[in-house]
Amino acid sequence: MKRAPTHSYPGLNLGRRHASADKASEVVTFGFWVFLMSDLVYFGLMFAIYITMIDAQAGGPGPHELFDLKSIFAQTLILLTSSLTVGLAMLALKYNLPRWRIVFWFFVTLVLGLSFLVLEVRDFMSMAEKGGIPQRSGFLSAFYGLVPLHGLHVTAGCIWLIVLGIQLRIFGLTDLLMSRVVRLALFWHFLDLIWIGIITIVYFGGLTYG
Amino acid sequence: MTTNGSGFFGRLNWDAFPITGLIQNPNTNEIVANTAAAIVIVGVIVVVGSLTWFRLWGPLWRDWLTSADHKKIGIMYIVFAIVMLARGVLEGVVMRAQQAAGPGDGFLEAEHFAELFSTHGTIMIFFVAVPFVFGLANFLIPLMIGARDVAFPVMNQISLGLTVSAGMMLMVSLVVGEFSTGGWTAYPPYTGAAFNPGVGPDYWIWAIVVSGVGTTLTGINFAVTIYKLRAPGMKFMRLPMYCWTIICSSILIVFAMPPLGVAALMLAADRYLDFHFFTNDLGGNMMNYANMFWLFGHPEVYLLVLPAYGIYSEVFATFSAKRLYGYNSLVIATMSIAVLSFTVWLHHFFTMGQSALINAVFGIATMLIAIPTGVKVYDWMATLFRGRIRFSVPMLYGLSFLMLFVIGGLSGVILANPTVDYQVHNTLFLVAHFHNVLLPGVLFGLLAGYNYWFPKAFGFRLNEFWGRVSVALWTVGFMLTFLPLYFVGLMGMPRRSFSWEDPSFHPYMIVAVVGALIILAALLSVIVQLWVSIRDREKARVPVGDPWDAHTLEWSIPAPPPSYNFAIVPHVTDRDDFAAAKERGNAYPSPDAYEDISLSLNTGIGFSLCVLSGVWMFALVWWIWWLAALMTIFMLAAFIAWTFKAETERVIPADDVRKQHEAWLDLVHNSTPVDRDHETAPENRGLARPDLEAVT
Repeated sequence: MKRAPTHSYPGLNLGRRHASADKASEVVTFGFWVFLMSDLVYFGLMFAIYITMIDAQAGGPGPHELFDLKSIFAQTLILLTSSLTVGLAMLALKYNLPRWRIVFWFFVTLVLGLSFLVLEVRDFMSMAEKGGIPQRSGFLSAFYGLVPLHGLHVTAGCIWLIVLGIQLRIFGLTDLLMSRVVRLALFWHFLDLIWIGIITIVYFGGLTYG
Repeated sequence: MTTNGSGFFGRLNWDAFPITGLIQNPNTNEIVANTAAAIVIVGVIVVVGSLTWFRLWGPLWRDWLTSADHKKIGIMYIVFAIVMLARGVLEGVVMRAQQAAGPGDGFLEAEHFAELFSTHGTIMIFFVAVPFVFGLANFLIPLMIGARDVAFPVMNQISLGLTVSAGMMLMVSLVVGEFSTGGWTAYPPYTGAAFNPGVGPDYWIWAIVVSGVGTTLTGINFAVTIYKLRAPGMKFMRLPMYCWTIICSSILIVFAMPPLGVAALMLAADRYLDFHFFTNDLGGNMMNYANMFWLFGHPEVYLLVLPAYGIYSEVFATFSAKRLYGYNSLVIATMSIAVLSFTVWLHHFFTMGQSALINAVFGIATMLIAIPTGVKVYDWMATLFRGRIRFSVPMLYGLSFLMLFVIGGLSGVILANPTVDYQVHNTLFLVAHFHNVLLPGVLFGLLAGYNYWFPKAFGFRLNEFWGRVSVALWTVGFMLTFLPLYFVGLMGMPRRSFSWEDPSFHPYMIVAVVGALIILAALLSVIVQLWVSIRDREKARVPVGDPWDAHTLEWSIPAPPPSYNFAIVPHVTDRDDFAAAKERGNAYPSPDAYEDISLSLNTGIGFSLCVLSGVWMFALVWWIWWLAALMTIFMLAAFIAWTFKAETERVIPADDVRKQHEAWLDLVHNSTPVDRDHETAPENRGLARPDLEAVT
């Protein structure tokens, strides 16, 4: 039985123009989805811990003293835009646009990812100046267990972008590398999804209930 | 954070080695500790020495350590599990001896006894049961579904590497420093920095985190393999029962390992970075740990026992010469257990302050699990009913399991009642219960599987006599060791006590230590069986590959299987496809054409990560920060360098496949089929005379 390549795996696919790569990435893309499910459980638990610890401020600084929504707004815009640009890289690949277009969008995504990280670290530093360090209270431990975990994922994504960009230059668009682009795009969208959870639960939830 | 230990070797110094303790303070306790350390050191020297003497480093590296072949990885998992099993059993014997030496304090110090029960639990769950289950599954899954390897062969190798390096940390803790005294569950705040500033809990944390990553990767691998790589026609409802249990286990791994990782890493944050997740002060809350640990811990026990159920299902069907009774109900029961296992974690801490309503809900959910399990037991008995039963070694393990496991299951239903649990929690009754499900359930299942599939892996049968001896010893040893613990538990003896006073416990403790010695003899008999079987292997060869007249696809290929498993990918038309083909008389067809087969190239990435992660863990435990940072960089670099490899597969030409396959087909046609009366005789070359009247 022959299945249409568009249904080989969930999410944005490589399409008919890259039939062999599309087929080759079916199993590994599915596996990556399973991995993301497992990773999602990590975040789900950290969210649960944060919620149970919102009140565990032990007299230390809480959300109202520490959170800077302007910076969070900027970070959100940057990260959402980076999801768009990694999507554009993926579309450039799917519709066989010149290879520099893929690398270009990778580069834009990388710049956005790094700016996000810079802003995030700046936030942590200003929180620390106000006494908001993880050693201060259970609430802050939960905050620093969750938000930097996302930041660590963004860092991993940035390293992946660099490595994959280099590999694309060296090896060209092989089936293997195309399949890696698919997975990197999935990973990046996943980071975005987690970030939506973070602004909703950590920041808005923290300000509402903390 | 780091107050002392900022030197080149962190907080590592001469006091970390047990020999220092022996010199300063010679007593029985120190002698036991030093003997254990000496066994590890001598073991390493013997292994390294014999590898050098027999010039086996090259073959070991080329054929095993760098291999990405699922069969070899599976065998390495099992070898690792058996080595760790030896340590776990020895620890158990020492613990039973300590309690039998009472009333009073026995011969060990309290700290040492606490280390023993902590390592015993950690080893038996994470480094015996898990790798043994994974080893068998690794070997069997692709063979059973008609695939050439698992979905991600290199990731498989990495999983093995991480599991082994984590297990090695427990061995290292015998020689350098000490292990945790916090039990296998490592509850904070006791394991936090305030009460336990030493290295013990750190060994536990990193061993758990690293082996947890390996386990998660394996779960992903198995799930994807079964979902995506089944041979044409192998629909879900045609999968062997064993594969169903592995799907369920994999789902449990993917969703249940993260809570353990999160809990252990949060404990690490508390200990290393002074966070307050689980501390007594500044808003920490240890109940978060208890919930997360058991959110993992309960699915974990089903993750272990479901594959054993799968093995029993295959064994009962084969050695009764019948189709498995109630296949559909077994599939549904397995899935139900997998789902229910996520809804019962709270029964591990009924006494830790929830409302009566919550306890009642979780108590009822726990009792519900008895229903699908009961369905299974009846299905297995119905499979035996009017079958042509052979009392071979796997079948004997299975029968022992059926009788003993029901006792363990029923004591579980008793414990599921919160009011009863309040009376017996933290007593030896509980210890008796979980050993009663883990030994006859998991361990007997794995040993049955080991006896059953050994000829497939190595091409010769295991010695039947020594197999029977070991079934008898395991069964009797188990009963003598653990059934008395139910009684002393009900009499109120707390678990994990290094000392006790009530003289009425004494007779039970004596019986239990006798039982423990019989279990030790059982372990030795397994080793003797292996040795005798290797010695007499020429009389037990089964090159054709089907010594038991079995039903599933893995028996339709040579023993041992070629590296590519199937010369021609089978087209499956039936549930017990190979049995059906034997009935039709075309079990060994000659294909018209052969094709090139591509397989994973050997790679050293798994071994590199094994060594690097081992050093990384050691550095973290001993606060050797520069080394930990260096190893982090090395691991990242090794992985990234590996992704630059363009060539990952080698091709076996169709011609070679044809030659090998035709030689084997000649062997099949020139062998004499044997009936079931001669199953264990030397003339059994692995070609079965169909004997399946009872099937249809």
